Amino acid sequence: MTNTSHEVVKGPHHSGDAAPIALSAHSITKRFPGVLANDSVDFDVRTGEVHTLLGENGAGKSTLAAMLCGLYQPDSGYLLRNGQQISLSSPRAGLQHGIAMVHQHFRLVERFSVAENVVLGSRNLSFTLNRKSIDEKVAAVAESYGLPIDPSAIVGDLSVGQRQRVEIVKALYQGAEILLLDEPTAVLVPAEVEKLFENVHAMTAAGKSIVFISHKLGEVVEISDRVTVLRGGRVTGHVSGRGSTDTKELARLMVGRDINLSTQRASHATGHEVLQIREVSLKSEGVDILSHITFNVHEGEMVGIAGVAGNGQRELADTIAGLISPTTGTISIGGNMTTDRGPIAAREHGLAYVPEDRLGMGLVPSMSILDNLLLTRDRHIVVDRASVRPEANRLIEQFEIKANDADHVARKLSGGNAQKVLLARELSGGRAATKLLVVCSPTRGLDVGAIETVRRLLDDARSAGQAILLISEDLDEIMSLADRILVLYRGAIVHETKGEAAQLATVGAAMAGLNTEGAA
Amino acid sequence: MNSNIWVLTSANAVTIATTLILAALGALFTERAGVLNLGVEGILLTSAISSFLAADSSGSIWVGLAVGAAVGALLAGVHATLTVVLRANQIVSGLALVIFGTGLANFLGKPAEGKTVATIIKPMTFGPLTRIPVLGPIVFEHDIITYGTIALAIGSAWYLFRTRPGLELRAVGDDPATVDAQGLSVARIRIRYTLLGGALIGLGGSWLMLAQSAAWHQAATTNGIGWIALALVVFAGWHPVRLIFGAVLFGFCLRLPFTLQAEQITFIPSAFMQMLPYVATLIALIALSRPGSKNLRGAPKSLGNPFVRDER
Repeated sequence: MTNTSHEVVKGPHHSGDAAPIALSAHSITKRFPGVLANDSVDFDVRTGEVHTLLGENGAGKSTLAAMLCGLYQPDSGYLLRNGQQISLSSPRAGLQHGIAMVHQHFRLVERFSVAENVVLGSRNLSFTLNRKSIDEKVAAVAESYGLPIDPSAIVGDLSVGQRQRVEIVKALYQGAEILLLDEPTAVLVPAEVEKLFENVHAMTAAGKSIVFISHKLGEVVEISDRVTVLRGGRVTGHVSGRGSTDTKELARLMVGRDINLSTQRASHATGHEVLQIREVSLKSEGVDILSHITFNVHEGEMVGIAGVAGNGQRELADTIAGLISPTTGTISIGGNMTTDRGPIAAREHGLAYVPEDRLGMGLVPSMSILDNLLLTRDRHIVVDRASVRPEANRLIEQFEIKANDADHVARKLSGGNAQKVLLARELSGGRAATKLLVVCSPTRGLDVGAIETVRRLLDDARSAGQAILLISEDLDEIMSLADRILVLYRGAIVHETKGEAAQLATVGAAMAGLNTEGAA
Repeated sequence: MNSNIWVLTSANAVTIATTLILAALGALFTERAGVLNLGVEGILLTSAISSFLAADSSGSIWVGLAVGAAVGALLAGVHATLTVVLRANQIVSGLALVIFGTGLANFLGKPAEGKTVATIIKPMTFGPLTRIPVLGPIVFEHDIITYGTIALAIGSAWYLFRTRPGLELRAVGDDPATVDAQGLSVARIRIRYTLLGGALIGLGGSWLMLAQSAAWHQAATTNGIGWIALALVVFAGWHPVRLIFGAVLFGFCLRLPFTLQAEQITFIPSAFMQMLPYVATLIALIALSRPGSKNLRGAPKSLGNPFVRDER
C-alpha cells in the first residue's frame, strides 16, 4: 500500500459566497472492540449543499454518520450545530436538532401504512389516531418537496425506491434540516437513482443539507458539492467542486492504491453448451415465479442475469441447483438431465453453487474453513481431516483468504473472506470437476479490494473453460463481467444483449419493466 | 338429553373463558411488544395462591385480586429483567418461570391446603334478562370481572389499532430497530408491556382462584390453562377480540367432560373427555401454524428476539 494517508487534494474552490456551516464534527474518535472506527475525523456540511462521505466498507463512514445523528456517541471530539456545541445522546436528540438519518436498511415497519410509518415516534401526535388527518398531513409534507407517495399504501407492498422516499418524507415530516443518506443508491435501479437525485436537488434548493454516504465513485461525482474521503477511519482527502473531480484520484484516496475493477472480456471461443434450460416455469400458490425461461450457458462463457431483487433470481438459481423442482420445463447440466433429481444429482454432473446467503446457505458459520471444505468432499463416515488439510492450505493461499489457518471459524471471517472460502470450495470441485458455476450476488457487501479479487477469480474460472451464470443486482458488475446479459423481470426474460454491446439505459429500463423487447 | 345441561356448559364456558381471556390478553400484550413469556402457567399459579392468601387474611376479594395482579407483574418483572435488560433467552427464562412459579405456589400454598375462601365473587343481577331462556344464563349470569374482561379485550383492540401507544407497541414487536431509530426506548416499551401482561395474567389467576375454584388444589388449580392461553394467542392471530371467541370455545372444551359426567353419559371414558381441551389445543396449533397460515400474519415479526442495537 502506498502512503497516501492525510493527503489533501485541493479542488477548485466552492463558488465564493459559502453558505453557513449547518453542522460540523471536530476531531471525532470512536473505538469499537478491536477497531478504531474513526480516528480524529473532521467534517462539516453547509446549508443547502450535498457533502459526500466516500470510502470503502469499513472505512468508518457509517460510524461517523451514526455519531452525527445521535445513534452512537463519540469517544472524543465534539459536534457544532450552527456554531453551538451539541451533544446527541440518542437519535431523538439528533432529531431535536434537525438531524435525521435515512438508513441503508430501511427503518420501516412493513405491515404499517406509509402514513403510520411517517408519524411513528412523532411527538406531536394525539393519543387517538385519526387515519384521515395523518394521511393528509403526510401527503402535504411529501408534496411540498415533490415526493409523490400514497400515504395509505402498505409499506410492504412498495418498491425499494418508494420505500426510500417514505424514509425521506419521514425525516422531513419530523423537521429534519440535515439529512444523512446512508448508501441510498445501493438498492436502486438506474431510473430510481435519477429520481432520487432530483429529490436531493429539490431538498437542497429548499435549504436542506444532505450528507451523502457512498462508495460508488460515478454517482458521487455527479451529486456532490464536496467530497470527504475516508480510509481506515481517517480522512484521506477533501475534494470540492461538482463534476470537476477525477474519479481515478478519488479511487486512489479511497483504496490507497491504484485499482482496476474492469476485467477484460476476452473474446474467447465458447465451447459446448454446459447448462441447458428449456421452458422452465415455476408456480407457487398460483403465482408465476418463473415463466418460460429458456437459455444456454456455454463452456468458457459468463452469462449475467440482471434484475431488481425479487424478480425470480433466487428461485432460478435454486431451480438450477436442484433445490426446487420446476413446475414445467427441463434443466440439463453437461448433457445430463437434472430436473427433479435434487441437489446431489446436479452436483454430480458438475454444478457448483455460490448462493446469495453466504453464511446461511453457503457456509456453516460455526464450522472451520476446513470442515466447510469437507462438506463437499469427504463422503466417508469417519471424517478424515488430515487428507484435506494440505488442499485447504493451498486454497487459502491461492484465494488470498485472510485467516490464521484452516481451522479458522467461518463466522469470524469478514464478508469478503467468507465469500472467498465459498468460491474456493465451489470452484475447486467436490464430487465432480466443476463445469458450471452459479453465483448469486458474489460481491454484495464486500469492500473494493475483495471485489477485485472475487471478480478476478470468476474471470479465471471462465478462462479455464467453466460455464458461469452470474446472478446479480449490481448492474455495473454484470455489465463489466458478463459475455451475455439476460434481464429477469417478474420471472420472465424480457431482454437479452451481448455484454460488450449492452447499454446501461436499455438494460436499466428492462429491469424496471419498461421494455418488453425480446420477451419470452 | 337435557338441553339445560348444554346451556349450563355454555354458561360455564364463558366463566372459564374469563381466566383464559385475561391470561391470553396478558400474553398478547407481552408478545405484541416482541417478548415471548412462556411463564404464564407459573404466574397463574403464584398469583392464584397469593390472591387466596391475601383475600383470606384481609377478608376482601378486591384486595385478593389486587395482590394477585401485583404478584403477576412482579414475576413478569423478573422475566423482563432477564430477557430485556440482560438479554437472556426468552424461552429459557419463560420455562424457568413456570418451574419457579409452580414451586413457589406449592410452597406458599402449604397453609392453604384444604381451606376455602370465605367470600367469593358473586354474579351480577340483570333482573328479568337473566330469565330469558338459554341466552339468560349464558350471557347475563356472570360477575363484573367477566364483563369487565370482555370489555377490556375489545378496548385492547381499539388501543392496539387506533391509538399512538398502540402503534408504537406494534412497531416494537415487528421492528424494534425502527422504533429505536425514532428515538423511542425499545427496552422501556418492552418492559412496560411485559409488566402489564404479567398483571393481566395475575388477575386471571386470582379470578380463577377466587371466583371459580375457591379452594387451593396446588397445580391442579390451573391445570394447564396457562399453556392453553398461550395457544389461544396464536389461535386468535394476536387479535384481542378474536381471543374472546377462542376462549369461549376452549372453555367449552374444558367444561364438557364435567357436564357429560354429570349427565352420566359414559360411552366415552371420562379420561378421554378430559383430554379434549389439550387435544383441541394441539390440533388448533398444528393447523394454524403451518407456513402461510393466515393466522400467523398477525404474529409480531421480532417475537422472541432480544433487541441489540447493531454495532458496526
